[in-house]
Amino acid sequence: MTPTLQLCLIISAALFSIGLLAALGRRHAIFILIGIELMLAAANLNFIAFWRFGPEPQNPTGVMVAIFSIAIAAAEAAVGLALVIAVYRHYRTTNVRRFNQLKG
Amino acid sequence: MTSWTAANFWLIPLLPLAASLLILGFAKSHRGVAIGLAVIGQLTTLSISIAAFAWTLGTPGARGVQNFTWFTFGEQAVRIGCVLDPLAAAMLVMITLVGLCIFVFSKGYMAGDKDFSRFFAYLSFFSAAMLGVVIANSLLLLFVCWELVGLASYLLIGFWIHKPSAAAAAKKAFITTRIGDLGFFLGLLWLYRSTGTLLFYDNGNGCLESAGLLAIGSSSTFIALLIFSGAVGKSGQFPLHVWLPDAMEGPTPVSALIHAATMVAAGVFLVARVYPIFSLGAIDGVTPSLTVVVWVGVITALMASLIAIAQADIKRILAYSTVSQLGLMMVSLGVGGVAAGIMHLLAHGFFKALLFLGSGSVIHASHHEQDIRKMGGLRKLMPVTFVTYAIGMMALSGVPLFFAGAWTKEEVLHATAHWPKSQAPYFLMLAGVVLTALYMTRQMIYVFYGSQRRNIDLQSVRPEGLEPAESNAAENISAGRTGHSPMFRPESIHESPPVMTRPLIVLAICTIGLSAVLTPAWPWLHDYLSGESAHFDFAQLIQPMLFISLALVAGGIALGVLIYRRAGLTDPLQQAQPALFRFLENKMWLDELYAHTVIALSKAAARVSNWMDRFVWDGLVRAVGGIGRFLGSFSAGVDERGINAVVDESVGGARGLGRLMSRFHSGQVQLYLGAVAVAVLALLLFYAWLA
Repeated sequence: MTPTLQLCLIISAALFSIGLLAALGRRHAIFILIGIELMLAAANLNFIAFWRFGPEPQNPTGVMVAIFSIAIAAAEAAVGLALVIAVYRHYRTTNVRRFNQLKG
Repeated sequence: MTSWTAANFWLIPLLPLAASLLILGFAKSHRGVAIGLAVIGQLTTLSISIAAFAWTLGTPGARGVQNFTWFTFGEQAVRIGCVLDPLAAAMLVMITLVGLCIFVFSKGYMAGDKDFSRFFAYLSFFSAAMLGVVIANSLLLLFVCWELVGLASYLLIGFWIHKPSAAAAAKKAFITTRIGDLGFFLGLLWLYRSTGTLLFYDNGNGCLESAGLLAIGSSSTFIALLIFSGAVGKSGQFPLHVWLPDAMEGPTPVSALIHAATMVAAGVFLVARVYPIFSLGAIDGVTPSLTVVVWVGVITALMASLIAIAQADIKRILAYSTVSQLGLMMVSLGVGGVAAGIMHLLAHGFFKALLFLGSGSVIHASHHEQDIRKMGGLRKLMPVTFVTYAIGMMALSGVPLFFAGAWTKEEVLHATAHWPKSQAPYFLMLAGVVLTALYMTRQMIYVFYGSQRRNIDLQSVRPEGLEPAESNAAENISAGRTGHSPMFRPESIHESPPVMTRPLIVLAICTIGLSAVLTPAWPWLHDYLSGESAHFDFAQLIQPMLFISLALVAGGIALGVLIYRRAGLTDPLQQAQPALFRFLENKMWLDELYAHTVIALSKAAARVSNWMDRFVWDGLVRAVGGIGRFLGSFSAGVDERGINAVVDESVGGARGLGRLMSRFHSGQVQLYLGAVAVAVLALLLFYAWLA
């Protein structure tokens, strides 16, 4: 099966949905972070796919965008983990159901 | 069959990787399946490795290379590949064979552990990464596998995660090797900048072939030294050796496989692999980078064998002996004896794995007691372990004729003696030979001879004025994983089960058997590694240099017997030279030195950043905030007096609305995210409907 734009988009949509499901469904803060990372990966896949099947595949624009986005994702993961640790120190749990101080 | 091997040797690292993933994925709670998968993976890899070895042996001078493009990046293509040459093939067979023995041994050693399956998944993963290092035909792929090996080492040192000392040792190993790897990575980038390729062999265009070497030119010294810093970290060379003895916190089979036989040899292998860069522009076989390699090796070898004399932990003695042997290999590479160094690496892989597994058998039998001063008299209780351990000990000490280590050590000394720059490394290495024989004799006598000393309380016999050094050693030992009292009944010691003794026997046979094929009379392995054809010459067997080292080894062993024959709980050396003994027992205070320099420096930097954060940046923020507050209070005054009255009227409505809205704010972040997702979906549907 040759890769087509549709196939890439289907895979990316699937990846995004899995990530969203994890971010919405899991109770553990770290798994939510992982879900968010999955969604980011899906976005990267879209970048690459649109570049690869786009009008100018010889310019490495898609890759560059994806690499920047991966770097940002790494920074985001670091910040996210730091937040999880800070929140854990405060609540002594990583269950997001228990973080309800913002309840109106 | 042979052509099949040449075309498919890239499978070698993938099989253990598959086994590892399968175990992690499906067999976490099935011990039998886990060990079965691991052993099958290792067995098939071993058979392919042997076929690959046969292929390189059958086609002299051949080099199987398979390159492919990993990804393209604009005009540039990043290419990686695999290479099969004598160096790689010999390493493959050694790693898989030793690995298999250790897998089987672990089945017995780890039988009582609750994380049995996880252990085998990690071991298989390590095996895959190490084999990847060996067959990589690209410095980039080698670096990737190199880091995976580091990861496996980290996971396995810290395998008993509930033990704080194991977690600390794992972190120390990871961070210390990372310092060297930073240099390695810089060297890799520099190499890529000079040559435009990281492939080793590529039909004349690789970085180790003539065109690439020409492009490197005069920067070879810097590139070589940067790459060497990676090897220093991984192979436990001075000054980055401090992690290796601490790595003994891991299970003993791990120490045997990773921190003695294979992974720590990766540094030596790396230097051998990129040797053309080191020897570029050599005058009389000497380049600045190779001279650095020699002296780092000499310092490491001597320092480690001195420290080994004063250690009490059975595994730490072996760890320091590994460090010293790795130094010896580095010296050999540095003076130009590449084949000799690699031969010593191969022989060392077998006998050091044998010694470590033997020590594992001793530790297992004496209920996780690791202090050699509390052992003794095990010769009669554990005959198989004793005999195999003695074979390993003699191979390590270099007793001639029947033990593999002796011949290869001889080759190394031979190469060192002919170094044109200086004779000093040769004489220092001879001193190292005496020291090695001495500390191994000490260990043998303490563990296997004499009477059992374990019922004597260490505290009561401590000599006056020596308490800090003693308590340090005792602490290391009583941090054992079970935490039970070190006192136990001697009659409960017995020989280990066959699943543990059989690998010992296999390794012992390999150690002796290798000696038959490693003799200088028939230097086929030497010539195979250096790409020449061997011829049998019996006259080469007996050389004058053999008698020198024979005398030195005999002297070392005799000295050991003389000193330690009547050794009690206090070390004879400790009684004679307490200050020197403390210096050595505390590892020359290098850990403390690092703690007070490098670590203190980075802690100070952290403190400065913290202070900057708290006072300078925070102060700025506070100042801006203060302005805002002033403006706010000003406008509050206007508000209170003027506008408030008007607003009060409308507030009532807003409050009701707010109350309504606040009901949606459950405080659950996931609900918020879900709302966003639903809204985006609705938006998408709306647009789809519009279109």
